[in-house]
Amino acid sequence: MADKPVALAQKRLMDVKLGELPSWFGTRDFTPNGLIGSVRGGYERYYNKYINVRKGGIGGVAMFLAGYIALSYLWEYDHIKHDRWRKYH
Amino acid sequence: MLSRLVLVSGHTLKNSGSFGACLVQASRSFHQSSQSLAPVPPLPEKGGKVRHGIFPEELFTLLYPKTGVTGPYMLGTGLLLYMLSKEIYVINHETFAAASIGAVVIYGIKKFGPSVAAFADKINEDKVAKAQEVKDQAMASLTQGIEDEKKEQWRVEGRHMLFDAKRNNVAMLLETNYRERLHMVTNEVKKRLDYQVELQNLHRRMEQEHMVNWVEQSVIKSITPLQEKESIAKCIADLKVLAKATQARATV
Repeated sequence: MADKPVALAQKRLMDVKLGELPSWFGTRDFTPNGLIGSVRGGYERYYNKYINVRKGGIGGVAMFLAGYIALSYLWEYDHIKHDRWRKYH
Repeated sequence: MLSRLVLVSGHTLKNSGSFGACLVQASRSFHQSSQSLAPVPPLPEKGGKVRHGIFPEELFTLLYPKTGVTGPYMLGTGLLLYMLSKEIYVINHETFAAASIGAVVIYGIKKFGPSVAAFADKINEDKVAKAQEVKDQAMASLTQGIEDEKKEQWRVEGRHMLFDAKRNNVAMLLETNYRERLHMVTNEVKKRLDYQVELQNLHRRMEQEHMVNWVEQSVIKSITPLQEKESIAKCIADLKVLAKATQARATV
């Protein structure tokens, strides 16, 4: 597939090839404003895709809650470690 | 369908700071960002597809070319068993609580989902219908305004006839007024002239009478007593003659 040569900075993450990943990472904007902008951008994409539609389903909110559950499990893992059944796995 | 309720409540509670806060803020920023485009593009009908409620469809399409339909499920099972066996996911009292809560939630969603979705849809539709009604009324009143404006423009064209009639009226009034005044002037002038004429007549009459009187007076004064006796005798003689004449005539 011969695509037009697109500048590396504007490619989305899924289009970046594995070898280009470090250089792509270098072009990202890591200033606080840039970080906040990227967070807000991601948020808006998620919102517009799953929630701001005429007939939304359970998916939008459910994915959000599942992500929250997973993240909170991750944060509590050091505490949950003590409930393990076996010492050696 | 929960997101439908969220959408409905998010648009109405713009300033609440609870669970819907982040969604509400996103809706606010969404509205602010789209203010430069008008008309606003319509909302998409359905959101991104999600399988089993929590797995986006993109995962399945990503794995389909390499592993077919069962790929993601095998991946899920493998991951689950790995996490259980290595106790990355620990089974404790919370697991049991999560399982019970999950069961109740899934049962509730499966049973009441469609009715809640229909209810939220109805609310949305009512809002849209109201907005549409307002828009239709505005359009109707505006077209009516256009019609009225065209009618007024047509009326303006006929205005010159109105002005001609009015001009005629005014001309007639002026003419009538002029003629009345002319009439009055002639009357006044005639009255004054008549007065002068009468005055002159009076003068002449008075002069005449005065002259006659004066002549009589002077004649009477000039009659001497002698002349008076003579004239009286002559009158008596004339009367006798006349009496004889009439007597003679009467007998004939």
